[in-house]
Amino acid sequence: MLHDAWIMARKDLRIEWVTRVATGQVLPFGALVLILFGLALNPDLVIVGEQRRSILAQVAPGLFWITVLLASLLALGRSFALEANDGNVDALKMAGLDPAGVFLGKAMAVAAQLLAIEVVLGFGAFVLYGTPLANFVMLVCAVILATVGVAAAGTLYAGIASGLRARDTLVPLLVLPILSPVLLAATLSTEAAVFGGSGGWSWVMLLGVFAVIYLGVGMLAFGLVMEET
Amino acid sequence: MADPAGRVVVDLDGVISLLGRFPALSGLNLSVRDSEIVLLRGPNGAGKTTLLRLCAGLAPLSGGTGRVLGYDLSVRKDRRRLRRESGLLSHQTFLYDELTVEENLKFWAQANRVELDTIEPVLDRLDLAGRLRNVSISALSTGQRRRASLAVMVCRRPKLWLLDEPHAGLDQAGRDFVDDIVRHAVRFGATVMLASHDLDRSIDLASRVVQLAGGQLVGSDSADSAVTEWAPAPGYLGTDLDADLDTDLDSGEASNAS
Repeated sequence: MLHDAWIMARKDLRIEWVTRVATGQVLPFGALVLILFGLALNPDLVIVGEQRRSILAQVAPGLFWITVLLASLLALGRSFALEANDGNVDALKMAGLDPAGVFLGKAMAVAAQLLAIEVVLGFGAFVLYGTPLANFVMLVCAVILATVGVAAAGTLYAGIASGLRARDTLVPLLVLPILSPVLLAATLSTEAAVFGGSGGWSWVMLLGVFAVIYLGVGMLAFGLVMEET
Repeated sequence: MADPAGRVVVDLDGVISLLGRFPALSGLNLSVRDSEIVLLRGPNGAGKTTLLRLCAGLAPLSGGTGRVLGYDLSVRKDRRRLRRESGLLSHQTFLYDELTVEENLKFWAQANRVELDTIEPVLDRLDLAGRLRNVSISALSTGQRRRASLAVMVCRRPKLWLLDEPHAGLDQAGRDFVDDIVRHAVRFGATVMLASHDLDRSIDLASRVVQLAGGQLVGSDSADSAVTEWAPAPGYLGTDLDADLDTDLDSGEASNAS
């Protein structure tokens, strides 16, 4: 299984390296969304509470993760478009690859691309929205675990939709509701990491639980998904 | 040539395969023995491609019984094992457009758990070792893509070769080359089923010709005595409708005359 996961991930990342879709299209899309959020929300508006903070800085964690989710839809669509072209799903079946390995490999490749995008978008969010940073380690843990969850659930549902004609419109409809718990936990843990405060680690742990569940379900179910595709 | 008493490699009895609700195969019976080269003939929509996909373990067995390479087509685990031992050359390339010829071959060799050492001779043999090696699939001509697909299949060394229009898009040399490879595979114990509209060439290659129509087998003969003119099966693509229409017209004319 690990052999199959490794060759699938390496192949997908190699294709990304050649085509630069993540850096040329997904990343600019994410950056554009961040900028549009900045334009839509008045950056001069200040929330007065325990600490004076602009509204943009206050909602930055949520905006960041919504941007990541939207960008992930593009990355997931691309990931399965590769297999839909020229009947490559059939060739994967003929090769007898372990479906769990195929799932893991594709999820790993999507996660690697999302992580790279998140680093750039995160830096952009800090600069654009003027967000502070209280706990770097917590932020890194939250980002990694949330990304694994997004990639795992997204890969499973993008795989389910890949055999359907309306896959382009179905992927968001299937993926976004499933990822709403991840969005909530990722936003709250990121808030705790950037502004400080208690309860952050429990949200990070919940992200870990989501990641394990989505990975487990994906590995178990992907055989059926590939068979029906 | 095939041993008449050889092991039965493909044994299909009343096979039905539904694509959605459409019966692409509707009660097909076929038996293929070890080392045979069976040419599947028939018009578009006759069920040739579905038959090849069924034998590859890819198309569903919706009815009847079928065993290929000893694997039961109705058992999912068996179908998965069958896929590893059969090779399908389809209308689709089964290649990643963005990767080079060599990268594709390496990926599929690893996916199929084939030693990477086998790639080099195959690239040489298929005339892909030169400048084409590092060209991405999207930049290749149709014939060159076909050769790259064939190279992946040759690396796999399947026991059952399932070739859907293997000569399509190839020049004369490429077609000769495909024929050589098929004969070579059979000499080394493989069995071949191919669907082709290039009858002159395919009949020379085949040991037996099987005619399909409307998802059923309507004739089977040795390649030497195979008729080159295809006669439609009764009921196929409205042939009965034509007959009914003729009858109606005749009776109409008769009643008018009376």
